[in-house]
Amino acid sequence: MELVLAISIGVLASCGVYLMLRPRTFQVIIGLSLLSYAVNLFIFAMGRLKMNGPPVLGKDGVVDPSLYADPVPQALVLTAIVIGFAMTALFLVVLLAARGLTGTDHVDGRERR
Amino acid sequence: MTGFIDNLIILPILLPMATGALLLMFDDRLRNARALVSLASTVMLLVGSVLLVMQANAQPTGALAVYELGNWPAPFGIVLVADRLSAMMVLVTAILGISALVYSLARWHSAGSSFHSLFQFLLMGVNGAFLTGDVFNLFVFFEVMLAASYGLALHGQGAARVKASLHYIAVNLAASFLFLIGAALIYGVTGTLNMADLASKVANIAEMDRGLLETGAAILGVAFLIKAGMWPLGFWLPTSYAAAAAPVAAVFAIMTKVGVYAVLRISTLAFGAEAGVSAGFGNTVLLVGGLATLAFGTIGVLAAQTTSRLAGYSVLVSSGTLLATMGMGNAGATSGALFYLVVSTLAISAFFMLVELLDRVRIEGADVLAVTMEAYGDDEEGDEEDEIGVAIPATLAVLSISFGLCILLIAGLPPLAGFVAKVAIISAIFNPDGLTQTAPIPPSAWWLTALLIFSGFAALVALTRTWINTFWATMSERPAPVRVIEIAPVLLLLCLTVATTILAGPALSYTQAIADQLYTPAPVIEEVLEPPAPGQLVEVVP
Repeated sequence: MELVLAISIGVLASCGVYLMLRPRTFQVIIGLSLLSYAVNLFIFAMGRLKMNGPPVLGKDGVVDPSLYADPVPQALVLTAIVIGFAMTALFLVVLLAARGLTGTDHVDGRERR
Repeated sequence: MTGFIDNLIILPILLPMATGALLLMFDDRLRNARALVSLASTVMLLVGSVLLVMQANAQPTGALAVYELGNWPAPFGIVLVADRLSAMMVLVTAILGISALVYSLARWHSAGSSFHSLFQFLLMGVNGAFLTGDVFNLFVFFEVMLAASYGLALHGQGAARVKASLHYIAVNLAASFLFLIGAALIYGVTGTLNMADLASKVANIAEMDRGLLETGAAILGVAFLIKAGMWPLGFWLPTSYAAAAAPVAAVFAIMTKVGVYAVLRISTLAFGAEAGVSAGFGNTVLLVGGLATLAFGTIGVLAAQTTSRLAGYSVLVSSGTLLATMGMGNAGATSGALFYLVVSTLAISAFFMLVELLDRVRIEGADVLAVTMEAYGDDEEGDEEDEIGVAIPATLAVLSISFGLCILLIAGLPPLAGFVAKVAIISAIFNPDGLTQTAPIPPSAWWLTALLIFSGFAALVALTRTWINTFWATMSERPAPVRVIEIAPVLLLLCLTVATTILAGPALSYTQAIADQLYTPAPVIEEVLEPPAPGQLVEVVP
């Protein structure tokens, strides 16, 4: 599972970086979204991978804490998703405004000759 | 202590948040009421931050107030920490906030919707970033600050603003992702996000994990340094600052300082003298990067074709000076740097507001003329008849004097505080242990000194050139349409810098206290991680 996750984070991040460096604003925003997925998965991975581990301690008896999933990265990912989503929405608005004002979807606001 | 004083530390965050939210509900036609509420809230913020500084300074050890949000003790819950440094930064924010707000009331606040709300949210984010004691919470406040700043950068519309904001938003979004990666790596290695807890754990990290921790810190550092505008991460900065409306750019002057503050905080807490193998991690990068930023900013200042870009490059010069001085890892020099931080922020903020007023006085393209005339010789013939008997208008005189003061401050010439700050930095890097001791002087000290002096000289050349072209050799006959509430905040900021010059002694001893506290963080760490009082934490019995 570690390998699959690592590869998927790597693929997402590299696609994201590549698209972010492209000249069209739409490609940039898709790149930023892919990058945010990669980052969110990465935060998950930093809480150590675990299958079926409950994040909250149960009432009954003392249990080995190593059986539990770390809840902090999940809380962090939740916050990061919300913030990243809001920022992407805002970027989309600015992108549309730039498209309307400059008449081109090049990131510099004018076509390179 | 009264309840109010106990809760004072959260005031700089809650007050702008509540005001910003309240102002969203106002109808657009109630412009004056909106402005009044916003202004009243910012005045209260100023009073609160003055109280906070006094409160923090009154504490004998560590000078610290720890506020546990949700009453959870430190390593588990999020804490707000107000030491002398955060209190001082909050005070500077409040001062800049109030002057930019007063300035905006003349014209800018009605140039678009929700100016006041965004402005208050920006203040909330900046104050929160200064006060938080938790890495992830720092990210959240950074995002609050950035979200508001995106809105403010776009305030006033126009294709130039939208184009500049597009780059600004893309760069800062990418930086936010780096921030998350860094924070996640640090959490993965140390299992904590609390800065004080992190500091106590760094020394005992397993050798195998040290590389990972340092990678995390480095990635986090890149995120901060993008905000601080370090070369080569700061190319977006002059363009977007120059495109923003004048009061917005004035309050943006504090945002680069948030990046500088975060670097200073994390590097002294987690990688201070007690960090074992990792002690002083990243100082070389800060030093070299700071020197490069200083050089780049200096060249930019000389080459800038408009005054607003010139102001943008002065921000880079100020960041470079701060980063390079911090990279020296010398408490005395850091004390000077903190003094420089306050002075240069106030001066650059005043300068951004002044630039717009100057643009009304002068003719189009005067800056380009200034540069080209210098290169090709001045062969311009003036109308001599017009020049006879022209009285100096009072507005022009006030503008000219303010601009002159800005030149002195930004270039760091005597007698104003910019000079005092630079002398404090230079004298500290050549006398790290005081006058009686002679320690070997590192070659970087010479580089820093040379660049500091050269950047001052370059700023002097560039600014004086603009000054002469605006006030002496002006080809404009128009009277300056400047309102009192526009020039008053500029004068207020400049008077404050004059006051810091006169009170340089006490101010420097205050920053020295901050620096001492930063380089011996042990009492701070103890205070934050204080074991909970009996009864505060109910132990769960299984």
